[in-house]
Amino acid sequence: MTNWSVILKIARTHLTTKMKSTVTAALGVTFGIGAYITMAGFMTGLNNLLDGLTLNRTPHIRLYNEIAPSKKQPVSLYTDFKGAFNVVTSIKPKETQIKIHNALPILKYLKTKEDVKGATPQLQAQIFYLSGSIELGGILIGADIMEEARLSNINDYIVSGSPEALKNNANGILLGAGLADKMSLSVGDRIQVATVSGSIFPLKIVGIYQSGLAEIDNAQSYVNLKTAQRILGQPENYITDIHIKLFDIEAAPAMAKRLERQFDIQAIDIKEANAQFETGSSIRNLITYAVSLTLLIVAGFGIYNILNMLIYEKMKDIAILKATGFSGRDVSLIFISQAVIIGLLGGILGLMVGFGLSVLIDNTPFETEALPTIKTYPINYNPLYYVIGIGFALLSTFIAGYLPANKAKNMDPIKIIRGT
Amino acid sequence: MKLVLETRNINKHFYKPKDFHVLKDISFGIQPGEFTSIVGKSGCGKSTLLYILSTMDTEYTGELYLNGQLITGKSNEELSRIRNRHIGFVFQFHYLLSEFSVLENVMLPAKKLAEKSLEEIEHDAQEKLKMLHIGHLAQQRASRISGGEKQRVAIARALINNPTILMGDEPTGNLDSHNSENVFNIFKNLAQEKGLSLLVVTHDNDFAKRTDRIIEMEDGSILK
Ligand SMILES: Nc1ncnc2c1ncn2[C@@H]1O[C@H](COP(=O)(O)OP(=O)(O)OP(=O)(O)O)[C@@H](O)[C@H]1O
Ligand SMILES: [Mg+2]
Repeated sequence: MTNWSVILKIARTHLTTKMKSTVTAALGVTFGIGAYITMAGFMTGLNNLLDGLTLNRTPHIRLYNEIAPSKKQPVSLYTDFKGAFNVVTSIKPKETQIKIHNALPILKYLKTKEDVKGATPQLQAQIFYLSGSIELGGILIGADIMEEARLSNINDYIVSGSPEALKNNANGILLGAGLADKMSLSVGDRIQVATVSGSIFPLKIVGIYQSGLAEIDNAQSYVNLKTAQRILGQPENYITDIHIKLFDIEAAPAMAKRLERQFDIQAIDIKEANAQFETGSSIRNLITYAVSLTLLIVAGFGIYNILNMLIYEKMKDIAILKATGFSGRDVSLIFISQAVIIGLLGGILGLMVGFGLSVLIDNTPFETEALPTIKTYPINYNPLYYVIGIGFALLSTFIAGYLPANKAKNMDPIKIIRGT
Repeated sequence: MKLVLETRNINKHFYKPKDFHVLKDISFGIQPGEFTSIVGKSGCGKSTLLYILSTMDTEYTGELYLNGQLITGKSNEELSRIRNRHIGFVFQFHYLLSEFSVLENVMLPAKKLAEKSLEEIEHDAQEKLKMLHIGHLAQQRASRISGGEKQRVAIARALINNPTILMGDEPTGNLDSHNSENVFNIFKNLAQEKGLSLLVVTHDNDFAKRTDRIIEMEDGSILK
């Protein structure tokens, strides 16, 4: 049976009479945990921001048709020339359309799949923007804008106007911010687009779209899918891209491969498209944990040292406690609880310091053209980091306290009493 | 009558720096309520014997019984409990937890035992201190009292759990004749009225002569 109230009372007395070393040890832990919370919050905030910048608007899987020369030329099918050395010069791709042939059945099929969060059709076309005498080349995307808003964070990048405004206006366009700047147009103004084949179509600007990536903002605009089909003079099944969002991003590569085979189509998954981002995130995480762990190990050594000194100072106390009936286990618990109290106090203070610094960073202005929705540095307040932080503090102080406590546990009271 | 404490053929060697047979065939018993003193020249093994009897030292051969129960060979955890419950011990030098108050020092073994409420323990501790004429020091830090006072606090602490036997290694060594007399009378009373057994090492021949029984030691053996 362990009598915690006595043990904690003795531990507390030891700690309060050695206030200076207690505070030093606790501050070491505070420093480690505070740094961990701040760094974890900031680094993952940054990760999320960068992920959001590119990954969130990249579909998990993109289906499209690529125009490429066929790998098997007709001559190789011809048995008469089998084994012969055939030379085919000036290979050209077969004349075909970039539309997805069976787009509507594919969409229907995808919508029945359980792991698919959503699939949206797009029509991407080269066009010219005309305003007065200015003529700019660009890309027009016809999309189901409400579905896009549900599946991606496109909403964050519509700096004026709204997806609803586009949906409700058959002749509306969400103009790229760079285009709007160049042509000095704003919401409510009119613009004309010309297709490659020459037909001209008037549109009304219902919103401005700023992705933060200049090459996109200077070229790309959104219209409703039907509008785009009408502009290009194409039927309702004319779709060039299908964007798929899954519930589990990890399933994307496998699924992309499957769809490629199943529908004889090009499928590119998010991992393939953004391989470099994964690496960036994991390196930032590595730095966070390496720095925090180093600080905590230093703090742990501090605690180990202080407790080690303490047990030599308190050797007589240990002998008395053992002589009056405290077991070795009781004695070791006295010292372990001192370590854990230091860890708990230092850790809680560290959480508060970390939170305070996070709030400070969170309120530091950080404005950049590239990120229209971001006004301050990003911070991730995930409670998990706070749980890990305090767990970390308790674990490291427990380990630091365990060794000295074990030494105290095994001390022979008679040797101490005899003074040897 | 049933013996409170009994030893059978206890032998102990120190092996460092060289083999030294410090206790030789110690066999004796102590009756309930018996006030026994141990005398002998310095270095004859009195403290060594007392450490074995108090269960703190387990490196010996032979058998030790407390209340008829074999103590030898029990686990450290059990020995701690036995010490806490049944044995009061006063060291040759007064050992107190210097950062605690006098009262807290006395209360500590009772808190560990946890048989009584905190109020009862505190009340008992006050009583023991008063009995030893140091009631007024209860709230004083243990490091801020005199050597003789410390010795009496240690006695109060040894008595707090109403042990079966009290062992003392020169418990009056640091006391003036007046306080020494007082402690002797308290011991005598405890033995007669409460049936407490006492085993006290002393160099004070007058003290020894007035106890019920004297065990004389020489070179690790009991003479009589
Ligand atoms: N750890 C040890 N290692 C070796 N020899 C020891 C050790 N402890 C004590 N001794 C020796 O054992 C003998 C008995 O010591 P002990 O302390 O029991 O004597 P004592 O009778 O209590 O003496 P005093 O009256 O001076 O307190 C002494 O000769 C001492 O030198
Ligand atoms: Mg001695």
